[in-house]
Amino acid sequence: MFQKIWDSHIIIQEPKAPAVLYIDRHLIHEVTSPQAFTGLRERGLKVRRPDKTVATMDHSIPTTDPSQPISDELAAKQIQQLYTNAKEFGIRLYDMYNAHRGIVHVIGPELGYTYPGMTIVCGDSHTSTHGAFGALAFGIGTSEVEHVLATQCLLQRKPKTFEVRVDGKLAHGVSAKDIILRLLATIGAGGATGHVIEYTGVAIKNLSMEERMTVCNMSIEGGARAGMIAPDDITFEYLAGREFSPKGKTWEEAVKSWKQLPTDEGALFDRSIVLDASSIEPMITYGTSPGQGMGISGRIPELQTISNLSQRQALEKALAYMGLKPGQRLLGQHIDVVFIGSCTNGRINDMRQAAMVMKGRKIAAGVRVLVVPGSQEVKRQAEKEGLDIIFKSAGAEWRESGCSMCIAMNGDQLEPGQYAVSTSNRNFEGRQGKGGRTFLASPLTAAAAAVTGTVTDVRTLITKN
Amino acid sequence: MGKFVTFTSRVVPLLANNIDTDQIIPARFLKVTDKKGLGDNLFYDWRYLPDGSPNPDFILNRPQTAGVQILLAGDNFGCGSSREHAPWALTGFGFKVVISTSFADIFKNNALKNGLLPIVVEPEIHQQLCNLVEINGALQLSIDLASQTVTLPGGTKFSFPIDEFSKTCLLNGVDELGYILRFEKAIKEYENNHNGK
Repeated sequence: MFQKIWDSHIIIQEPKAPAVLYIDRHLIHEVTSPQAFTGLRERGLKVRRPDKTVATMDHSIPTTDPSQPISDELAAKQIQQLYTNAKEFGIRLYDMYNAHRGIVHVIGPELGYTYPGMTIVCGDSHTSTHGAFGALAFGIGTSEVEHVLATQCLLQRKPKTFEVRVDGKLAHGVSAKDIILRLLATIGAGGATGHVIEYTGVAIKNLSMEERMTVCNMSIEGGARAGMIAPDDITFEYLAGREFSPKGKTWEEAVKSWKQLPTDEGALFDRSIVLDASSIEPMITYGTSPGQGMGISGRIPELQTISNLSQRQALEKALAYMGLKPGQRLLGQHIDVVFIGSCTNGRINDMRQAAMVMKGRKIAAGVRVLVVPGSQEVKRQAEKEGLDIIFKSAGAEWRESGCSMCIAMNGDQLEPGQYAVSTSNRNFEGRQGKGGRTFLASPLTAAAAAVTGTVTDVRTLITKN
Repeated sequence: MGKFVTFTSRVVPLLANNIDTDQIIPARFLKVTDKKGLGDNLFYDWRYLPDGSPNPDFILNRPQTAGVQILLAGDNFGCGSSREHAPWALTGFGFKVVISTSFADIFKNNALKNGLLPIVVEPEIHQQLCNLVEINGALQLSIDLASQTVTLPGGTKFSFPIDEFSKTCLLNGVDELGYILRFEKAIKEYENNHNGK
């Protein structure tokens, strides 16, 4: 599948040079685009295809009352800059007051901007999310944002391919987030560098589009250039009737061509790995790299069990930051904050799962719980289903959409030393606020921590249907 | 981007694995619309104490590392966010080279576009460099991109790989946009053949 998309987007490949790859969709946001537009102005260039470019504001916007002015002067200036750039260069902008705004990787698919077979880029590493539709989607830097704005093309070296096959059936209380955290714990934070992952196997086929996006989203945490899943009826059903999806006869032709995308039987990958879904427990991270994760009932590794010196040092450093000890269990670990949201787990099914656990329960005393929908559409849908009432009556904060505490640029952040269970994608030092300590987990596990105030095995709180 | 010229500098070791771009430049410093000045906030949360004063234990705050241009880093340097602010901060501080056993893909691409040379070495050579720097904090290395070599004091050399295209761009100080713009005709043709798709 990767090969087919790659081949059909090559404009030219000169000897000893990277390929010139055509880009079908370019998503931009306020943080990684200003310097690119400055570059265009300096060279007197225009945006080549404003019709293939879509802008939103998500990283530094407040998730509180949007009618209030932004108190952070720098953030306000950066947001103003995106208004100016979008207007000057004729780009459609989903601004802070737009009913369809949200996190770029949530609204892209939601509005039907993402199709199978496309090349999609954004100045954001979690662009890998869109690969869930069988698109080749990857994050780029600001210089490359400028290249795509100016030429609709990028210089790319061809990555290798990596098949991650997930066989079997997920156990009750185990979700897509646990699959990806388990993969990362297996291959490490650099384990897929230079590769495009294709997720295959029955456990992947059985996931909804939202769940597939969760898996592809965190491909980058293993260093992968992109993550992809072959399009199928679940994909087509999701896309049908979306605002920017093809319509009528074009739709039928599109589906026909999308059906040709899946990797041919027997095609070879440069690397392969197989995971057994039935052996996956709810996962949680204990360190400062998304690869430092384990089953919820597990113990943090003992230092002497790690033979690689630099990995041992990395664990030592991570545990010192986290205030944890080798060999320790995390079950029962006290927590201060729960964050449910982000481009990883801010979609409607994530809200439903969290609500299922929180329904009829109260959040534990002293715990702060933020539930931040990934888009205004997710927010409206959740409110239609009464999920907001469940969250609010449990004592959680129900916010406007945005990146929020995943990147802590907008004032939603941890205090130094606080422990959080977070459904986001990165447990790096200071990622959720300087000195903050993050345990990454699924929405189910996060909601369980919210109501108990400790790291909890969600399977003890939910009954098997 | 200036031309990459041969130079000799001290080396500063920062050997943790998986140093992510949030450590290189924390997200709260990304609310800028310019590339300049980010060097002041490089490794901010490691470099400064909570009261904002320099952390005397952090290696970049030691007087002997002033003016250093080569960073020796642990595996998988630059993982995480795609922010190009990371190479902007590193070059803003004065770094021209980062040596590691591996780099995250997006970071590597971003670095090359900003005159920052990522040098990948085998683990054994990396270990040897770590040992040498530990023994001699004032160790100097000479970097010659044209011959793709690093020279140790005493004349021992080791070579490093880099693709021909990136090398030419760095040596001549040219950026990739100019190269892509040359294919305007081919791009137009592609667009026409794909129904303006």
